[in-house]
Amino acid sequence: MSYEQLDALYRAVIMDHYKSPRNKGVLDDSNVTIDMNNPTCGDRIRLTMKEKDGKIEDVKFEGEGCSISMASASMMTQLIKGKDVDTALKLAEIFSLMIQGKDYHITDLDLGDIEALQGVSKFPARIKCATLAWKAMERGLTEGRKESGH
Amino acid sequence: MDAVKVREDFPILQQKVNGHPLVYLDSAATSQKPQSVIETLERYYKEYNSNVHRGVHTLGTKATDAYEGAREKVKNFINAKSTKEIIFTRGTTTSLNMVAASYGLDNVKEGDEIVISYMEHHSNLIPWQQVAKRTGATLKYFPLQKDGTLLLEDVHNTITEKTKIVAITHVSNVLGTINPIKEITKIAHEKGAVVVVDGAQSAPHLKVNIQELDCDFFAFSGHKMCGPTGIGVLYGKEHLLEKMEPVEFGGEMIDFVDLYDSTWKELPWKFEGGTPIIAGAVGLGAAIDYLEEIGLDEIKEHEHRLAEYALQRMSEIDGITIYGPKDASMRAGVITFNIDGVHPHDVATVLDTEGIAVRAGHHCAQPLMKWLNVTATARASFYLYNTEEDIDRLVEGIVKAKEFFKDVL
Repeated sequence: MSYEQLDALYRAVIMDHYKSPRNKGVLDDSNVTIDMNNPTCGDRIRLTMKEKDGKIEDVKFEGEGCSISMASASMMTQLIKGKDVDTALKLAEIFSLMIQGKDYHITDLDLGDIEALQGVSKFPARIKCATLAWKAMERGLTEGRKESGH
Repeated sequence: MDAVKVREDFPILQQKVNGHPLVYLDSAATSQKPQSVIETLERYYKEYNSNVHRGVHTLGTKATDAYEGAREKVKNFINAKSTKEIIFTRGTTTSLNMVAASYGLDNVKEGDEIVISYMEHHSNLIPWQQVAKRTGATLKYFPLQKDGTLLLEDVHNTITEKTKIVAITHVSNVLGTINPIKEITKIAHEKGAVVVVDGAQSAPHLKVNIQELDCDFFAFSGHKMCGPTGIGVLYGKEHLLEKMEPVEFGGEMIDFVDLYDSTWKELPWKFEGGTPIIAGAVGLGAAIDYLEEIGLDEIKEHEHRLAEYALQRMSEIDGITIYGPKDASMRAGVITFNIDGVHPHDVATVLDTEGIAVRAGHHCAQPLMKWLNVTATARASFYLYNTEEDIDRLVEGIVKAKEFFKDVL
């Protein structure tokens, strides 16, 4: 491997999200809170969301982890903020396909910055870093919905 | 010993990874296997695979001789008094859990104390948490010095007359600290406590003389000492094992079975229910032969030189934090570090692209990570097949990682 492959993993947009994370913090008025960690490496995330009538009105994350996990969390929050729950879950599905190196062009949804993380699929040991925030979001929206009777 | 020559015994080290000759610096997680161990396993399966202790047939006798021969080798390897004190298990984790589940639950009562250290791997921590919870005993920790070492004075003050068990690692898998087991055992015995030692990181790297250490239980794994995965050892003093109840019941471990009661085989077999790990034990025997041919003192000296060299070279890197004792004489060949501003996973990924295998994460020691005030670290660990050149490559790789992230951040 070479610098080119490292560059493909650590794209500028990823490092930008790592350095200046979007939606960092904890929402005061959230109705969905999810803590998740990656027990094999110690990365952890707390995701707070404010969901109303099937729409994610606001979302914030905080946590500790490597550049890939934190940048992925930042991109994820940026992408789902303001979207409805079904769209967010669809995006999680698309992200999961992309990160496994599978064909992910299953909708024409705008994918924002997340395609920069495509290179992670070539680094199997890092896939779990990239998916942490997305798993938290999926769990929050599916379990949170069950509880609120949707 | 000549590490360059030793390297030739390890087929896996002859390959390139990501276009570079492999530099394997993750032996604290698992060691590589020499050709002699690989061939022993192959020969076992090709020539005399059979169940032990029961067949009248020739292969059964051969397999039994090899299995019990391996026990004899383990006994000599750690200088135990008798093969009755050597129980084959699945690994260190199983060994420690057996002590906790049998000796621990039967001998610890409400109000008693169990003392452990912040350095413990989860496998010598959680079993004792569980014993404390189930019995109502108190779990206490030895204070740890800033450099990651224990003070005997603290050991003395922490162990009390109420202490029933002291569980301690011989060598820390994170800090590399070598703990003074002999002295700790002496203090514990004076107060009437038994001592359980996690030897996973010591037995592969230094000569263990169990009678000199005088600890009551000692656990280690085959796969960290050039042997196969899935085999480990629990050493226990005969008089303690004699009084302990088996943890697993079934075939192989019984003497006589009646409808409502059964009796157990004698030591060590009463602790080896089910078909034992025959190939694993035979492979471990071959690993012991290999290590003893080179000499444990030679190996320790080699790793000590490597640790000294690595500490010196790595501390020249700007913005690096190295955890554990600064004095190389107090540590084994484990160097845990972090680079300012770069997460250890990212360091490990850059090193991997250079063909250098290190570990990044919490190393199954979350309380120690908390004590160090980090969530994760990178760790390079050495064994008999590592060379100074490997350390030079590691240092180059770390510098490269620093530069790469300086450019992108």
